[in-house]
Amino acid sequence: MKTNIYNVPGQDEHDVSKFGMWLFIFAELLLFGALFIVYTAYRSRNPAAFKLAGNELELTVGIISTIILLISSTTMAISVTAIQKNNKNLSLLTLGITILFAIAFLLYKYFEWGTRINEGFLPDTNTLHELGPGTILFFGLYFVMTGLHALHILIGLIFIIYIFFRIIKNRINSENYHLFENFGLFWHLVVLIWIFLFPLFYLIR
Amino acid sequence: MSKNKTHSSGYCTYLWALVALLVLTALSVFITRFELGPCNTAASLLIAGAEALIVLAYFMNLKFESRFYKIMTTLVIVIFLFMLFITFFDYMNRVY
Repeated sequence: MKTNIYNVPGQDEHDVSKFGMWLFIFAELLLFGALFIVYTAYRSRNPAAFKLAGNELELTVGIISTIILLISSTTMAISVTAIQKNNKNLSLLTLGITILFAIAFLLYKYFEWGTRINEGFLPDTNTLHELGPGTILFFGLYFVMTGLHALHILIGLIFIIYIFFRIIKNRINSENYHLFENFGLFWHLVVLIWIFLFPLFYLIR
Repeated sequence: MSKNKTHSSGYCTYLWALVALLVLTALSVFITRFELGPCNTAASLLIAGAEALIVLAYFMNLKFESRFYKIMTTLVIVIFLFMLFITFFDYMNRVY
């Protein structure tokens, strides 16, 4: 392997795949970053409406969702390290816990959305039109941003289940774990995004 | 492949990181009990930033990555802050 004085990735297959994953992460960060800017800009123009609309969301829901995702991120990190250290059982156990937490998050989000929709906060409903443009913007952004995030969780969940079975079949092991490692980065990214969604929608009043 | 062993944090480090993240989440919730005006928003986002750094450094192992990834991540954050700045610069200087 040639020595690379700048330590730039691209020296072999693993480095290339990791580099690609990080580029994807940067693109995702900028995508959600743009949505955060849209939220911040509209909030600065409609502070009172955003404050009132924010009170409709339950803080407890946000806290429980955050705890679920933080624990799932930890179990994912432990699972990747365990496979690197050739501890298959620990890796499967912690990955199994991650799957359960991912399902729990999606179910929780499903019920939360259901409540909001029943209350009439879905965009283009009469209830929302009566509350004014600021509230329409708040709930529009709420459904788009949490919906896009939940879609990431769903895609992540499908990949976790796929990796779980690859580990069972020893296709992912202490010698060949790079796919798992790269996917782990994706899962942490999803948690990273939620860390900012939580204060925007549930904390800042 | 085995020569490319990735350096990662240990199990204990992950658990300590989780404890730190939970404490920071509790702190951000606790702060909302006080009416500090715009400082509430700033504090919540600063705490979220600290949590993001923990996730990046320990869970995503950025701490052990090459300087290249650290510089790239910093650049993305700078681009985001620049986008935020020019958006608000435009908003604050609009004449309606």
